[in-house]
Amino acid sequence: MGRYLIRRLIQAVFVLLVISAITFFLFWATPANPALLICGRNCNAETVAQVNATYGFDKPLVVQYGQYMQGLVSPGGRTIGSEGNERNCAWPCFGESYQNGIPVWNSIKDAFPATLWLALGAAVLWLLSGVMLGLIAALRKGKFIDKFSVGLALFGVSFPTIVFGYLLLFLFIVKLKWIPFPDTANAALFTVGPVKWLQFYILPWITLALVFAALYTRITRANMIDTMNEDYIRTARAKGLGERTVVFKHGLRSALTPIVTIFGLDVGGLLGGAVITEQIFSITGLGKFSIDSVLSNDLPAIMGVVLFAAIFVVLANIVVDVLYAVIDPRVRLS
Amino acid sequence: MTLGVSETQSPDEGLPTDALVETAEAKEIEGRSPGEIAWARLRRDKIAIASAIVILLIILVALFAPLIVKLNGFPPDQFNKLNANGDPLLNTRDGGIPIGGLWGSGTSSEHWLGVEPQNGRDVFSRLVYGTRVSLLVALGGTIIAVVLGTVIGMVSGYFGGWVDTLLSRLMDIMLSFPSLLFVMALTPVVASRGQDLLGIPDDNKLRMGVLMFVLGFFGWAYLARIVRGQTLSLREREFVEAARSLGAGPNYVLFRQVLPNLLPTLLVYTTLLLPTNITAEAALSFLGVGIKEPTASWGRMIADASAWIESNPLYLFFPGTALFITVLAFNLLGDSVRDALDPRAGRS
Repeated sequence: MGRYLIRRLIQAVFVLLVISAITFFLFWATPANPALLICGRNCNAETVAQVNATYGFDKPLVVQYGQYMQGLVSPGGRTIGSEGNERNCAWPCFGESYQNGIPVWNSIKDAFPATLWLALGAAVLWLLSGVMLGLIAALRKGKFIDKFSVGLALFGVSFPTIVFGYLLLFLFIVKLKWIPFPDTANAALFTVGPVKWLQFYILPWITLALVFAALYTRITRANMIDTMNEDYIRTARAKGLGERTVVFKHGLRSALTPIVTIFGLDVGGLLGGAVITEQIFSITGLGKFSIDSVLSNDLPAIMGVVLFAAIFVVLANIVVDVLYAVIDPRVRLS
Repeated sequence: MTLGVSETQSPDEGLPTDALVETAEAKEIEGRSPGEIAWARLRRDKIAIASAIVILLIILVALFAPLIVKLNGFPPDQFNKLNANGDPLLNTRDGGIPIGGLWGSGTSSEHWLGVEPQNGRDVFSRLVYGTRVSLLVALGGTIIAVVLGTVIGMVSGYFGGWVDTLLSRLMDIMLSFPSLLFVMALTPVVASRGQDLLGIPDDNKLRMGVLMFVLGFFGWAYLARIVRGQTLSLREREFVEAARSLGAGPNYVLFRQVLPNLLPTLLVYTTLLLPTNITAEAALSFLGVGIKEPTASWGRMIADASAWIESNPLYLFFPGTALFITVLAFNLLGDSVRDALDPRAGRS
């Protein structure tokens, strides 16, 4: 197990290096000189040269990449700014925003909890509802409840997040007025209390979870139907085990293993969905931060948030792989 | 020339279930190819027919958008202030909300789906033109993704070795990526690059091209993985061995023997990738990094309409419904095509 983990970690570091290099060169190699973005309308040859010197744009890209990575790897961070105006950018240094000079890491740290709550809640919701609906549908195959959940799943897969989110917002906030309009202050669980917090997050959770819940219903149902037709299920029944044991201990357990893998893959998609959900429900999380950075052409912020997301996804994948190796010992050997 | 390709196409292992149903007709329909069997199954599927009709209608709307808009008489970019009687359409004192119509949307016999608040552009015309953007971008992105995915998957599966290791790793990376985040961050960058490289302005024609490119570039990995798996097993089949022993090169084997056998899979994933890309285009335009004003796009319309959700919900309802119906129709058709080609997979 220890060996497996080490191998996975080395792989992850390699993947992250590749991703960081690709994103860095893609973003910084744009012919539209980053200096022009910073000085904006006041650009002339002199200011451009000055900005270039300040931010190190005059150095070769490889050197710039090296400096960027130094800020992420070395515990002391790195020095940024021009000569005479040097300052330390503490680890992990993602650089400073071109727009307001705030260290990108600080903005990410501030925005992360809101997105984490959103993602966690949605993940719990879709796992529970997806697996439960899929299980019930598989056990009552061909009955009304099966057809109902298959139909629901098909509908859910086809509901674009932007449409579904606004539908919920319109129904429960505008029309029925069951929930007040989203107020970002309510995103903080420990200052506003659980009731307001739940009211703030419930619709975003449902919005983000819908597509995944639908997919997981379909997958669980299909896996469960396949599993229940296996010989060892018949053996278990023949041994005289109770139906509950057969379904949950023998059937569901093996039907769920593929779900674990898919869940690891979906963490990436989850972050994408979070961008839209945060936009709809005015949540000031990472998604909102990234879209704002993109719209204002704030390269260090975009680079930072993309890299952060990549690190997050890669780590999540490791956790999932390790879980998978725990559940299914065969994985460790290959 | 075919070297027995059509005979070996897609061994229909799913027959057990259907054999029971079809024994009655089996005598007269002997000798049908798997493609014909699938086609017959598809034609019996009511949901498939219904969604195909809806898709056909949507495509017709996109093709004949200028003609349809001529019928109603309001170009999508025209700011309308007055109706035929000379009465104002918009309430200028109230932030520009349309006057009258269903739920304050300004629907009337002239403006069938109402007018946009503030600008007074005709919602119906914009919706019709939005169909074009939606389908075109999705189609372009899908074609790029399918071509990339097929070629990379086939090469990876056929040649094996370090090529396979490298490409498979690449697929893993692409699959675990937060792709929407990446597409979102890259679209403006690619657009400004394209602007400089091609020397054309950053208008919506370039934007559409960029969206197709970016969606295609981030959409191929899943298909490539499936194609790789199928190529791996096809490679070991007798007809490939026969061709190789007759001196056929990898090009011949890949494109004349493996590719035709992949067609059913490609067909299914193309129909399922299209709605994904339609949603993605809408999402990007919604976020403000896709299609920009004044070109009409469903995602952009939803973003604009969200500000009026209280006073004019219908403005949000129309593009939302258009998007939902389009995606649903494509998904339903994709599912039906899969069922028809491989009944064993079932509607899971």
